[in-house]
Amino acid sequence: MRWGEIIRRLVLIPPTLFGVCIIVFVLLRVVPGDPIAMMIPPGASAADIDRLRAFYGLDQSIPQQFITWFGQALSGNFGRSISLHQSVFELVLARLPATLELSAMATLIAVGLGTVVAFTGVYVRGRGAEWAIDGGIGVFLAIPDFLWALILLLLFGVLIPLLPITGRIDPQLDVTFHTNFYLIESLLTGRLDVASALLQHMILPAVALALPFAALVARILKASLSEAEDQDYAQIARARGFSRPAILLREVFPNALIPTVALGGVQITLLLGGTVLVERIFSYEGIGNMAIDAVINRDFPLIQGLILTFAILFIALNLAVDLLVTLLDPRLRHG
Amino acid sequence: MTAVLAVQDLHVAIGPRGKAANVLRGASLEVQAGEVRGLVGESGAGKSMLGRAVLGLLPANAVVQSGTIQFEGRDLLAMPEPERRSLLGRRIALIPQDPMTSLNPVKRVGAQISIMLRHHLALSKREALERATELLTEVAIREPRRVLDLYPHEISGGMRQRVLIAMAFACDPSLVIADEPTTALDVTVQRQVLQLVERLRQRHGAAILFVTHDLGVVAKICRTMTVLHAGRVLEDGETADVLVKPRHPYTRALLAATPRADRPAEALRPVPPALIESLWSEAHRLDRLAVAGPA
Ligand SMILES: Nc1ncnc2c1ncn2[C@@H]1O[C@H](COP(=O)(O)OP(=O)(O)OP(=O)(O)O)[C@@H](O)[C@H]1O
Ligand SMILES: [Mg+2]
Repeated sequence: MRWGEIIRRLVLIPPTLFGVCIIVFVLLRVVPGDPIAMMIPPGASAADIDRLRAFYGLDQSIPQQFITWFGQALSGNFGRSISLHQSVFELVLARLPATLELSAMATLIAVGLGTVVAFTGVYVRGRGAEWAIDGGIGVFLAIPDFLWALILLLLFGVLIPLLPITGRIDPQLDVTFHTNFYLIESLLTGRLDVASALLQHMILPAVALALPFAALVARILKASLSEAEDQDYAQIARARGFSRPAILLREVFPNALIPTVALGGVQITLLLGGTVLVERIFSYEGIGNMAIDAVINRDFPLIQGLILTFAILFIALNLAVDLLVTLLDPRLRHG
Repeated sequence: MTAVLAVQDLHVAIGPRGKAANVLRGASLEVQAGEVRGLVGESGAGKSMLGRAVLGLLPANAVVQSGTIQFEGRDLLAMPEPERRSLLGRRIALIPQDPMTSLNPVKRVGAQISIMLRHHLALSKREALERATELLTEVAIREPRRVLDLYPHEISGGMRQRVLIAMAFACDPSLVIADEPTTALDVTVQRQVLQLVERLRQRHGAAILFVTHDLGVVAKICRTMTVLHAGRVLEDGETADVLVKPRHPYTRALLAATPRADRPAEALRPVPPALIESLWSEAHRLDRLAVAGPA
């Protein structure tokens, strides 16, 4: 039954992506703004402009353009960026690892922090400290990631200049990488000095992305832990002589994890969306930052490629969350 | 000889300070070694609260106002937490009411039994598995090895209750508190479970405090019984004596409300509301006296 559901979801992926493509394609072209107008030098003749339009296929009707683009996309050709004059596919592929590393780091921080806060909150349940923790969670939920980015940048980049505030790695650092997963690669090859430089660049944007998500994880997990602790099996564990920390960890946590992953997991998409502004603020060279440039330049092919990439990431994440929940809950596995 | 369990003059209030309700108003009872004592009374009489107080499972908003709970001569309420925890599950065990909610839904049956054996008896993983298999065999579960590998939702309610009974007797306790262990089961399963409890009790030599509504069950398996009403003991003695010559009008009324094979059904009479009413108002009157105190 559960596996049937997952197959259904897999089958729905292609039509979903197709729908995303159509909406983005059409919206870009009906909204005012013209990529050619952004790139022509002053004093270009009308004939020059027409030639450029024809070169990028923008003189055709929208359905015509879509068919051309979609046909090429099916064969793996997502067109050339108008502003960067390179293949969209290669551009996105080169930048994607930076965003994936950043988001993964942010997720790790958020889950770690959120879990600690949730356990602390449940442990002091019914006391004044619980109110303080709930209030703190509320505050962190209310402040968005880009605001944290600005606060952290001013605090640790300007006021107390502890950490670098731009880019992914110091430009003067002379290192070559074989992949674009810089952090993972440097860790795997044991170049710890490089890894440390990368981490120093990554930590502020990662924390900015992590804080609201950590609050979300804390809120969901704390509620789930409280509910599970009130269930008969957890109460009975007390009557069997187990200490409260042991019960929370061994009996309650595995149960509370199920709703937490189900509800919190899909919210990682919010964190991914947050990379757009946060990467921009820290000049971090990921696809979020690239998306802003692409929009400013009305770089249609690049915008399309980037949105498709985000859509695929979102779908993959949702699917991964569903699979994980199925693995965590034996009732779903056999049901 | 000291009793296995001696509850003395236990007062428990529940609810927010100021308007707490008294759920136990000076309840006392004793359970001797190897004895099966029935604890009866209408719904809300405080039977479960009494059991929970012994197991340290009172709700967070409940307070023990006075009284003692002695287990084998030692006061459970006064003893340090780690010492109490080492008794719970090992010397004092519980058979819960609802087998559907009393097992952890995400852990295999085997893991749930063996974690307890390892905790209290310091068994190795292998030994715990061996012992768990024996325990399931003892509660008449066929293919115990297979059942150990299943999750609770994969076995029937009756089977779950057997698992819970096995867990209760796993560490050879001297006292088992059974809070209506059969009410959630259907009638045919109820009988088997009762026989099982009785058999394990004899084999392991435990005393049982058997909480129930069912006077028929009390007559069958309990040598002694306690009648609780409004948090206070109304009657206490050998089951045979109490059932044959009930001294308190409430016990007589309870008996009249119980179906029996040797009596026509139309002889059944509900406990008169007026009687319950008068008992409650008496309870509340005594509460007020207690609050006023010996000024
Ligand atoms: N969590 C709680 N909060 C407030 N009052 C409670 C709570 N649990 C029980 N009570 C009250 O305590 C009293 C005694 O309840 P208890 O559960 O001991 O009754 P019982 O004799 O076990 O009844 P039953 O036969 O229905 O199980 C009842 O009046 C009940 O309303
Ligand atoms: Mg009860």
